[in-house]
Amino acid sequence: MAAISREEVAHLARLSRLAVTEEELDTFAGQLDVILQSVAQVGEVAAADIPPTSHSVPLTNVLREDVVRPGLTPQEALSGAPDAEEQRFRVPRILDEDVAS
Amino acid sequence: MTTTLPAYDEVVARFEPVIGLETHVELGTNTKMWCGCPTDFGGEPNTRVCPVCLGLPGSLPVANKAAIEATIRIGLALNCSIAEWCRFARKNYFYPDMPKNFQISQYDEPLCFDGYLDVEVNGELVRIGIERVHLEEDTGKTLHVGGATGRIHGATESLVDYNRAGIPLVEIVTKPIPGTGALAPEVARAYVAELRDVIRSLGVSDVRMEEGSLRCDVNTSLNRPGEEWGTRTETKNVNSLRSVERAVRSEMLRQASVLEAGGRITQETRHFHEDTGDTTSGRSKETATDYRYFPEPDLVPLAPDTAWVAELKAALPELPRLRRKRIQQEWGLSDLDMQSVVNAGAVELIEATVAAGTTPAAARKWWLGELSRRANETGVELADVGATPAQVAELQGLVDAGKLNDKLARTVLEGVVAGEGSPTEIMTNRNLEVVSDTGALTAAVDEAIAANPDVADKIRSGKVAAAGALVGAVMKTTRGQADAKTVRELILARLGA
Repeated sequence: MAAISREEVAHLARLSRLAVTEEELDTFAGQLDVILQSVAQVGEVAAADIPPTSHSVPLTNVLREDVVRPGLTPQEALSGAPDAEEQRFRVPRILDEDVAS
Repeated sequence: MTTTLPAYDEVVARFEPVIGLETHVELGTNTKMWCGCPTDFGGEPNTRVCPVCLGLPGSLPVANKAAIEATIRIGLALNCSIAEWCRFARKNYFYPDMPKNFQISQYDEPLCFDGYLDVEVNGELVRIGIERVHLEEDTGKTLHVGGATGRIHGATESLVDYNRAGIPLVEIVTKPIPGTGALAPEVARAYVAELRDVIRSLGVSDVRMEEGSLRCDVNTSLNRPGEEWGTRTETKNVNSLRSVERAVRSEMLRQASVLEAGGRITQETRHFHEDTGDTTSGRSKETATDYRYFPEPDLVPLAPDTAWVAELKAALPELPRLRRKRIQQEWGLSDLDMQSVVNAGAVELIEATVAAGTTPAAARKWWLGELSRRANETGVELADVGATPAQVAELQGLVDAGKLNDKLARTVLEGVVAGEGSPTEIMTNRNLEVVSDTGALTAAVDEAIAANPDVADKIRSGKVAAAGALVGAVMKTTRGQADAKTVRELILARLGA
């Protein structure tokens, strides 16, 4: 059985606002399936005494002091933007969505 | 929808509300959550940005220690347990208010969890369970332009300013609050007010709802007695204490009318409208799986040192509810009087005025009298009315010294609120000081009235313009030493005009 369905790929594409054709859905579903199956093999190797981990280095509490540091000028910040107006990034409208949080 | 809403009394007789609140607080740190960009309010667009908060390739976030500390302190003040180990999580969504296409938040491992906050409602203590307190980053501000209406639905483009993106944001989530019945709207309001006071007392945020540094989402559901809890809606955009109360109430009424008609409540986000007090449907909520949360790979886990947490706990300030109890005793106020001080948002202002040398009674008189009235009229919070505790104390000092009477003091206070300067400056500049020898002045006024009975009668019958003649007479007898304005006021007072 496939690790990811064609419908799931279509759903992910919609969430990411990617225009994926019917043909591409087949292609990507197949490719993603191979990737997921390969990753799943790692899970089979892990024994019960190996806890799940999200970070490869055993570090905690990497913090910085609350001190202001110089950033970019608005010109620098906007220099890589495809479009800008009124010193703001200009992007196509996104409808029917709310801010996070 | 044109259905008539049922009466509130009927709604609470037939249904039981369950409410829940999610509150976002912008921390008052110097810098953003993951980078050294400043957080000060109101800068020109995109002037507080860097590669980290713009999500440029190759940049890496590093957590702000002061923000972690502030969040732990909020958690401790809300009687929470502090996680011994937790991680940040990546919340993926497609909207340009974050340049990264995700927001760094916390998901199943919040920094603080399982606490409570005791809130007083009508003299009764209600314990509100706190589910979690977690740390995330604020989003940028989008401005929708183009199209005919200038609103998002007609807009063709969005302009984005990322100054606010990455400012530390603490999210405080209550457990569901059942059993409050008809008081649900008031409980919701009292909780947000108390939470605001607690956070303000910690000094970690200025918690101003009107500036958006404290924002509130209100969850509401209704069920018939004995049945399971109903489907809840989440009302966003609730930006004042009064709105919190109104949002719960209007959502209870709306849901009751849907349920009474045999309908079902849709789980959805609703938007609160300040002008009408109503809510309208927003988008259907994306489910948590759609956000595809996963542990943030660019940040290492947090493991707050227990000694550090103990130290922070020991250093917590006296919390507002206990402080109010102590103050009430010190000032000798009844429960009712204390309640009106609290409702007016005057506790700290009066306390500071007393600290500046005024008696509690006099300080309370100014803050709850003239200044509260003024704040209500102009629709601002009492703290923003334009007078400081030091100025009020100075004003009362002038009254105590006999330099101002009550009426003059109120005139001076108006000047203070209008930004004309300190009470002493205003008194001097506008020549409002009481003429010291009032006895002599009153005698001269009485003499002038006795000598001009016909003029006095005119004034008594309401023709106050006639007072000019008497002022002239008094100025003559006092050889110009009196203040004409004071004399005029004195004449009018003597004649009851």
